[in-house]
Amino acid sequence: MSGSMCTSVRVILPAHLRALVRVQGEICVDVDGEVTQRAVLDAVEAEFPTLRGTIRDRVTARRRPFVRFYACETDLSHEEPDAPLPERVAHGEEPFMVVGAMAGG
Amino acid sequence: MTGTRVLVGTRKGAFRLTSDERRSEWAVDGPYFPGWEIYHVKGSPVNPDRVYASQTSGWFGQVIQRSDDGGASWETVGNDFAYEGEVGEHQWYDGSLRPWSFTRVWHLEPSVHDAETVYAGAEDAALFKSTDGGGEWTELSGLRHHDTGHLWQPGAGGMCLHTILEHPIDADRLTVAVSAAGAFRTSDGGSSWQPINKGLRSGEIPDEDSEVGHCVHRIDMHPAHPDMLYMQKHWDVMRSKDAGDTWHEVSGNLPSDFGFPIAVHAQEPETVYVVPITSDSHHFPPDGRLRVYRSRTGGDEWEALTSGLPQQHCYVNVLREAMAVDQHESCGVYFGTTGGQVYASRDSGDTWEPIVRDLPAVLSVEAQTLP
Repeated sequence: MSGSMCTSVRVILPAHLRALVRVQGEICVDVDGEVTQRAVLDAVEAEFPTLRGTIRDRVTARRRPFVRFYACETDLSHEEPDAPLPERVAHGEEPFMVVGAMAGG
Repeated sequence: MTGTRVLVGTRKGAFRLTSDERRSEWAVDGPYFPGWEIYHVKGSPVNPDRVYASQTSGWFGQVIQRSDDGGASWETVGNDFAYEGEVGEHQWYDGSLRPWSFTRVWHLEPSVHDAETVYAGAEDAALFKSTDGGGEWTELSGLRHHDTGHLWQPGAGGMCLHTILEHPIDADRLTVAVSAAGAFRTSDGGSSWQPINKGLRSGEIPDEDSEVGHCVHRIDMHPAHPDMLYMQKHWDVMRSKDAGDTWHEVSGNLPSDFGFPIAVHAQEPETVYVVPITSDSHHFPPDGRLRVYRSRTGGDEWEALTSGLPQQHCYVNVLREAMAVDQHESCGVYFGTTGGQVYASRDSGDTWEPIVRDLPAVLSVEAQTLP
């Protein structure tokens, strides 16, 4: 589901990935069970299969090195994939942000 | 033959350059996939409207795009390039062993036999095949599992499989090249492979005529003479008359035999083009003069082609995928530079003009001759 009016988890993709899946602004995904990085990204990839391999390595399922995860003004990149995300993310009050790491070129 | 389409991959997107058979005026479309590295764009010889693009990024990995309208519109297809079986290890720069790890697709080779079949050459070196237009990819793992695989090592650009040549009649016969492992050939569709590097001599490796370890930059052939192969090696321009069983140096009077691309004329199987580069550490043309060299004798005797090319203060490079020919009666030759210029010749290289001057660094150039 795309668009900002939803009660599920809000996700902001980086511009390159928004262009890849042809969406604008935030997307929203429904997450079954506990809202974790893994659950959110599983839901994102189920909604947009093209994103498989672009955020997480296909083989290891680990975050790609130059991708970061932010939410609630906090860098969650190094949190365990199955750790619960902040409640405000789980309740759709704050977005879960997938960010391309700063780099030149 | 009514049209010409040149497909250009760059560091920051893809471009389409189109013209009619005269090739005097060009339309430039793009960038497609702006901001992404487009390592290769190539159309199907069976269905020219079917075009594939390798879209890659250090941030977001590998995407494969497919078009069915000649590159006007695109859709993503499969990007699951999983190594088959035990991953194994190869040499790293420092002599240690490192597991094979997929990074990107350097080269896409749509089959001359079937519009839905396409091959992909990957870094770390592996060959993948799709028979459904890029939807699903299967590794032809016999190559990577060759007995010598643990001896392969990356060149400066990575351990890439960059050349895929299909035999025009026998669909089971493929020739590939890997930097820095060398050239390999299969006669059974990719189950088993044999190194075909006899005659190569590379001073950069401890045993200069080793079975593998050679930094082959590019191989090309004329489809009417599939046993005649031309190779631009790291240093040395080589020729084989026996499908790679033996190689002989044909650098002849070139000002430098270092370079990246090599291309064979569409109508003249013994007319070959290279772009000499000063050295492995000076990646620019000798004397700051951009010269394509043409041999009409299958190598050894080379003439400089300079008309329309910059003959002073030129310090660009021409990468291995960045030269191509079209199939028109008056053969068109095209190449792109790391300075963003794409040059075209519609008279077999006698004269050159830039189609476009200020693209991002050009990674690949392919030419299509449209019905």
